[in-house]
Amino acid sequence: MTSPAPPDQAGNSDQVIADDLIKRFGAFVAVDHVSFRIARGEVMGFLGPNGAGKSTIIRILCGLLRASGGRASVAGIDVSRDPEGVRQRIGYMSQKFSLYRDLTVEENLRFFGGIYGVPRAELGARMRFAIDMAGLGGRERALVATLAGGWQQRLALGCAVLHRPPILFLDEPTSGVEPASRRRFWDLIHSLASDGVTVLVSTHYMDEAEYCHRAALINHGRLIAIGSPAQLKQTALGGELLLVECDAPGATLAALQDAPGVRDCSVFGDALHVLVGDAGKSLAELPEFLAAKGLRPRRMARIAPSLEDVFVQLIAADAASRREAA
Amino acid sequence: MKIRRLKAIAVKEILQIWRDPRSLMIALLMPFTQMFLLGYGVTLDLKHIPVCTFDREASQNSQALLKHFEASSYFAIVRNVRTYPALTAAIDRADCKIAIVIPPDFSERLNDSGSSSVQAILDATDDNTANIAFGYALAVVSGYAAEVALDALSRQGHQFQQIQPMTVQSRVWFNEDLESRNFIIPGVVAVIMALIGAQLTSLTISREWERGTMELLISTPVKPSEVMIGKLGPYLVLGWIDAAFCLMLAALWFEVPFRGTILTLFVTTTLFLIVVLGIGYLLSVLIRSQIGASQIALLLTMLPTTLLSGYVFPIDQMPMAIQDITYLVYSRYYVTIIKAIFLKGADIPALAAPILFLLVYATAVMVLAARAFRKSLD
Repeated sequence: MTSPAPPDQAGNSDQVIADDLIKRFGAFVAVDHVSFRIARGEVMGFLGPNGAGKSTIIRILCGLLRASGGRASVAGIDVSRDPEGVRQRIGYMSQKFSLYRDLTVEENLRFFGGIYGVPRAELGARMRFAIDMAGLGGRERALVATLAGGWQQRLALGCAVLHRPPILFLDEPTSGVEPASRRRFWDLIHSLASDGVTVLVSTHYMDEAEYCHRAALINHGRLIAIGSPAQLKQTALGGELLLVECDAPGATLAALQDAPGVRDCSVFGDALHVLVGDAGKSLAELPEFLAAKGLRPRRMARIAPSLEDVFVQLIAADAASRREAA
Repeated sequence: MKIRRLKAIAVKEILQIWRDPRSLMIALLMPFTQMFLLGYGVTLDLKHIPVCTFDREASQNSQALLKHFEASSYFAIVRNVRTYPALTAAIDRADCKIAIVIPPDFSERLNDSGSSSVQAILDATDDNTANIAFGYALAVVSGYAAEVALDALSRQGHQFQQIQPMTVQSRVWFNEDLESRNFIIPGVVAVIMALIGAQLTSLTISREWERGTMELLISTPVKPSEVMIGKLGPYLVLGWIDAAFCLMLAALWFEVPFRGTILTLFVTTTLFLIVVLGIGYLLSVLIRSQIGASQIALLLTMLPTTLLSGYVFPIDQMPMAIQDITYLVYSRYYVTIIKAIFLKGADIPALAAPILFLLVYATAVMVLAARAFRKSLD
């Protein structure tokens, strides 16, 4: 039964609302008081290491797992009260590839078209759209098992959007996909979002956070930062970033740990990233400080932090605060 | 319930069966092999019982008796020995199931007293075969004895033909072989369908869990009842094909007389298929691994069906406690039904009781399976 989505509550265009979500598996807390909202047409990225709880949150929102506490609402529907209502309005790509490998591209699409009750008159056009989107023209009769990873993932996305769901949950859709295909996949996500589809996508590739309107960093089941990539870079780091290129990174790293104004220091390739409170002040003071120890870096410059810097910093800080708490 | 979703599931299932040679092999080849294995194994075993002879007299009379053994289709003389140790050795090596020893004074005693005896030595490690072999041996010897008696009487000038019918009639008892096959083969059909039916569906849900396709399937609005009926539909068709194979083999190859109607057979067979397919499906829902579900399905259907369905071991000869348990064995109802249809030509009203039991079973299994299917990963 396809009933129109209930109108959003007054002034609330948030399509996904997680409110103090908790999920326990026995004594293990997989999701620890997580709250966030996703607006219509927004691409929200879930980032974090494997096992951080990203998939668990997505599965709760899809109604596949029951939350141990808190409230989840998708398309204005309470997930625990009406999971079937939610399922009609979402598209889902699970972390593990879950189309039928022993069916062809076309047969998979037709199957999901039938399951979601896509009107027969529309089905042909929707299947064409999905095949074109996935770049699978000419391969309609190929068994899915014979397709390369990137194509399989795009087909899975095609199956997930066949019934025009207003909300998409994509759990690590680019995992194991080659970089060129990953880029193409994100283009697809953005074209869907520009049509008003709300997308929650998880990834463990930190660089992919740049493609999201907003990103949430999840570690050990907790949401430790959320914001647009620019916001995260500005505020979450808690300082400014210097790049230090030098011949003796080991000694320089050791020396910088005790330098005035330095909050943190880490090796990035063959250079160092140094977190300081005030970049201008440190750029003036540090060469002298290092020279006193016999160290002469080749170059020092203020750089814009990448999201990877932000996440490394945040996860380290989170680990430190957990140790303190313990 | 939406027909559209039912159809989507059914079409997908058909495609998967078609592309999975293992399922298709189980579905189409197993009934044939099992039908021949069980059909011949259970029924024709007791023709050509290997017999060893030890003729200590070697007279015209003794050879005439042994000729009767040779002529009987129940026996095959595999060895003629000349000493007791050779006879013992033949039995020890299981070369023969029965040994016939004719004493050295066989003819002498027959002529003197008008009565003589032969020794039968039976290998009773398989007491059932030994019993039946003994019965056949009695029949053969009695047949010969009647001949001798008639011969003696006619030589004395009497023409008492009525003596012969008396003995010969009672020996027809042992020509039971053909009857037992008629009785057993329909039961074999039931056993095979119970085994294969549960095997077929025991893989269908666990396969989706193992391949990871279930997570996506349960994220869709599909209903448990739609999954169940959509999946059982194609297997019911396979089940019909299998049942048709088995029933045709029973009627045409094993020549069991078919006295009922096709309609009664179709209705009851469909009902039984729904029960066995449903049991396999229920197990598949409860046990999320293919190996586990198929093993449990085999275990759960094999023993009760072969031992407690009454297809070869009569239920009314079991201890009372066991007889009560057989009411839980769904195959027993179909064994009753199919024997009655084949041999008695029973119609649906006559089979109301077992049909009702099967209906209750089918309903219970369907409801349980639909309830047990949880659209959740918890």
